[in-house]
Amino acid sequence: MADVSLRNVVKKYDDVLAVASINLEIPNHEFVVLVGPSGCGKSTTLRMIAGLEEITDGEIEIGGSVVNDLPPKDRDIAMVFQNYALYPHMTVAENMSFGLKLRKFPKAEIKARVDNAARILDITELLERRPKQLSGGQRQRVAMGRAIVRNPKVFLFDEPLSNLDAKLRVQMRTEIKRVHQKVQTTTVYVTHDQVEAMTLADRVVVMNAGKIEQIGTPNDLYHHPATRFVAGFIGSPAMNFVPATVESNGEALRVRLSDTLSFNIPESRAARYKPHVGKQVTFGLRPEHITETRGHHNGTGQEFNAVLDVVEPMGMETMVYFRINGTELCGRVEPTAAGAANEQMALRANLDHMHLIDPATGLVL
Amino acid sequence: MADTVQTWGSTVPEKAVAKPNKMQKFLRQRSTIAFLMCLPLILIIVCLVIYPAFYSIYLSMLNKAQTRFIGLGNFTFLMSRDTFWQVVAQSTIFALSAVFFKALIGLVTAHLVNNLPAKGQRKWRGMLLVPWVIPLALSTLGWWWMFDPTNSAFNYTLRSLGFDGIPWLSDPYWARFSVILVNVWYGAPFFLIMYLAALKSVPEQLYEAASIDGASAWQKFIHITLPMMRNIIAITVLFSLIVTFANFDIVQIMTAGGPRNMTHMFATYAFLLGIRSGDLPLGAATSLFMFPILAVAAIFILRGVRKRGREIG
Amino acid sequence: MSVATASVPTSRAMPTGASLRRNRRWALWASYFFLILFAIFFLAPPYYMVVTALKTDGEMAKLATNPWFIYDGVTLDQFRILLYNTDFLIFFKNTIIVTVCVVAITMVVSVLAAFALGRMRFWGSSILATGIFLTYLVPDTLLFIPMFQIVKSIGLLNSYWGMVLVYPTLTVPFCTWIMIGYFQSIPKELDEAALIDGAGHMQMLLKIFIPVALPGIIAAMIFAFTVSWAAFVYPMAFLYSSDQQVLTVGTVTSLIRGDVYKWGMLMAGALLAAAPPLVIYAFLMDYYIAGLTAGATKG
Repeated sequence: MADVSLRNVVKKYDDVLAVASINLEIPNHEFVVLVGPSGCGKSTTLRMIAGLEEITDGEIEIGGSVVNDLPPKDRDIAMVFQNYALYPHMTVAENMSFGLKLRKFPKAEIKARVDNAARILDITELLERRPKQLSGGQRQRVAMGRAIVRNPKVFLFDEPLSNLDAKLRVQMRTEIKRVHQKVQTTTVYVTHDQVEAMTLADRVVVMNAGKIEQIGTPNDLYHHPATRFVAGFIGSPAMNFVPATVESNGEALRVRLSDTLSFNIPESRAARYKPHVGKQVTFGLRPEHITETRGHHNGTGQEFNAVLDVVEPMGMETMVYFRINGTELCGRVEPTAAGAANEQMALRANLDHMHLIDPATGLVL
Repeated sequence: MADTVQTWGSTVPEKAVAKPNKMQKFLRQRSTIAFLMCLPLILIIVCLVIYPAFYSIYLSMLNKAQTRFIGLGNFTFLMSRDTFWQVVAQSTIFALSAVFFKALIGLVTAHLVNNLPAKGQRKWRGMLLVPWVIPLALSTLGWWWMFDPTNSAFNYTLRSLGFDGIPWLSDPYWARFSVILVNVWYGAPFFLIMYLAALKSVPEQLYEAASIDGASAWQKFIHITLPMMRNIIAITVLFSLIVTFANFDIVQIMTAGGPRNMTHMFATYAFLLGIRSGDLPLGAATSLFMFPILAVAAIFILRGVRKRGREIG
Repeated sequence: MSVATASVPTSRAMPTGASLRRNRRWALWASYFFLILFAIFFLAPPYYMVVTALKTDGEMAKLATNPWFIYDGVTLDQFRILLYNTDFLIFFKNTIIVTVCVVAITMVVSVLAAFALGRMRFWGSSILATGIFLTYLVPDTLLFIPMFQIVKSIGLLNSYWGMVLVYPTLTVPFCTWIMIGYFQSIPKELDEAALIDGAGHMQMLLKIFIPVALPGIIAAMIFAFTVSWAAFVYPMAFLYSSDQQVLTVGTVTSLIRGDVYKWGMLMAGALLAAAPPLVIYAFLMDYYIAGLTAGATKG
């Protein structure tokens, strides 16, 4: 097990920049998730760590030594692929022991490791089957088993759950987390699913267009996004964004969303937003901070009325969609409080959780 | 367990330190290894296909004893001979008519087999492909025996039905018919297999959608089956044209070009001139006349295969 | 073509379920009827060869009975004469040696090349792949005369080792072409997993690619086998003495003495010579057909 560090790592395909100068330090035992939309360079980054892609520029270090020129087999890493990549002509046990056999491990040692990994993953009774005879979830376990038996310095996961159905995905997510808690191997995990990223990661790396947008714990990213991209990418449904202007109202500040609607900015934020008075900004607020007016809410909730476009009951809550100045917003309300479509409803915005974004740079102010 | 990992993990940094020299690096490179893996194949193609092809051109410009360069003498000599033009005509007639009937029979039988319940299809397909599996030289021998004038199975059957016997291989026109018949018999199963595979690759939903749109069986055939199979039909026909045009076994065994050189094809005529009469340059020149026709067909096949690859890939 | 349409149930006539079913059944019977006609056409020659091989010479000479059937009893005499009084077994042995060598050479050469071309792009690899396909389209009758000169110059004229040298030009291009297709259908992640597991290029080929693409390997082997078993032009041109002759040419030339045609024995010889490909076909039909159709659909 080991630290992994990426220093100014660049990947170009011919002249197309896939990854632009990435810096990332992953301490031993950490579970790091790279997340971002497709084509953001997260898989390329993972494959560069694995040695499956050559590095155009920069340095990758695993366990204290630079591995730039090492082939994958000498990097002491194990990888789990999206389509599992199990060898179809080998049994589960043979699949898991293939890497050890190639490294000339003694037979007894191989058997002990395979049995141990099978126990951890609860696939002992599948060891003699072939991949074709397994369900998707079972294949996923075998693919993980193949990584575990190697006892490598680093686990690499490349969207391992995206071929599973929704229910199984949740189940396997927990499984992966459990296995990591048990074996404690440094893990780099790639996914496009922000829920997966939030639930699994010690730290999340949000990538976009070949660059790292932000690195932080799941809670960090959720509460303190650094950029509009992160704010919009993390959280579901996504954060609402409305063009707005900052106005000064004596000592206090206001953010104006439309001719008829403006909110008072909480005093705690006033100092921070003061320099932006009179400027165009983007106002951001998550759906869970737009609620019904009744009930237990405290803090600086500010009420307003909106005509509902669409109402989506989800069971434990109901999503309501409405427009402010032509921009669609989403709120999250108690099912009993929700109005019907085309009716007016009183809503409360909790401004303690608001964000203001500079529309030119995309940075959160 | 942890021990083994440690010791074996610790070898990694050492390797990283040792910088490979240029030669090693070159040999380790993927493209170098790939090239070495292709080398035997390249040698075979270069030494046994490309070299003979150019050598053939050189050879065709020598005199019979291969002592003197005579330019295009062999070609002009051939073109001055009636027999040669007969060979051109017969090769063309043979190839066009045989391929036409092979394609037609293949299409019809493929549809018939495709109509059967799925269980029985395998059995029928297996049975109908038998002519293709028997080495052509050997089945041609069987045909020759059936065409035998005195003991002939065909003539016996004709006579017992009240017709006259037919001089299958001794009359020039019947001989032409006979060699084409054998080629159709041998090659039609290949078309059957190709078309059947193509028919199976047409998505069933297309036919269902057409049924709902009110298409008749004939309309489905014209508007769905044929367009979907167009490429594979073209590839198979062109491929078969090459093979049929260059055919040797049937004519060589059944008629050896006779009667009156009426059944000679390029291949058998080249064999007669080059090997039997010992005039290799003239034989090489005869073979080379096939080249332009084959090349044109080959280029169209290549286009078709590429297109087909894009369609299904 | 009218046959094809007549036998497909027409959706125009669909007033009731019963008539639809009747249409279908009628179409099925029509299909069977025409298929039986075609089967008679396709299977008559082999059938007649079997009948002839099992007849006595006496029955054949009489010309009195229907030649399509056996009246004087079945005999294996023709096979006995063939095996004891002719060089047939020598032809058989030669053919086996040639075919085994050619299949081995073909598989080694084409699997290596297909692995390189299907997986590791290198400079000129796509040109080479195209070249391979074009080589496959070169018929043996185009080059047999220069080949004669080449085989003669290296001293292999009238030797079956000359066949081992030249047959690969007929087998290698197609086998490589279909193996490229099979190898390309193996997901790329599989080699990456093997790479991470520590496999080198050769281990990847031997332990992953060959086992996974086994159906393709078998199809290619069958193709190489049938081509080299049935080859006719090259042995016809290059071999002339009986001890070097192979089955196809030996059966149709050496067994015929002057103008005496011992048809029973000839047919027995043709049948025995055709038996190995037929047996392989009977047992491995699916692989045989996969190889046959792969050329036009892969790559």
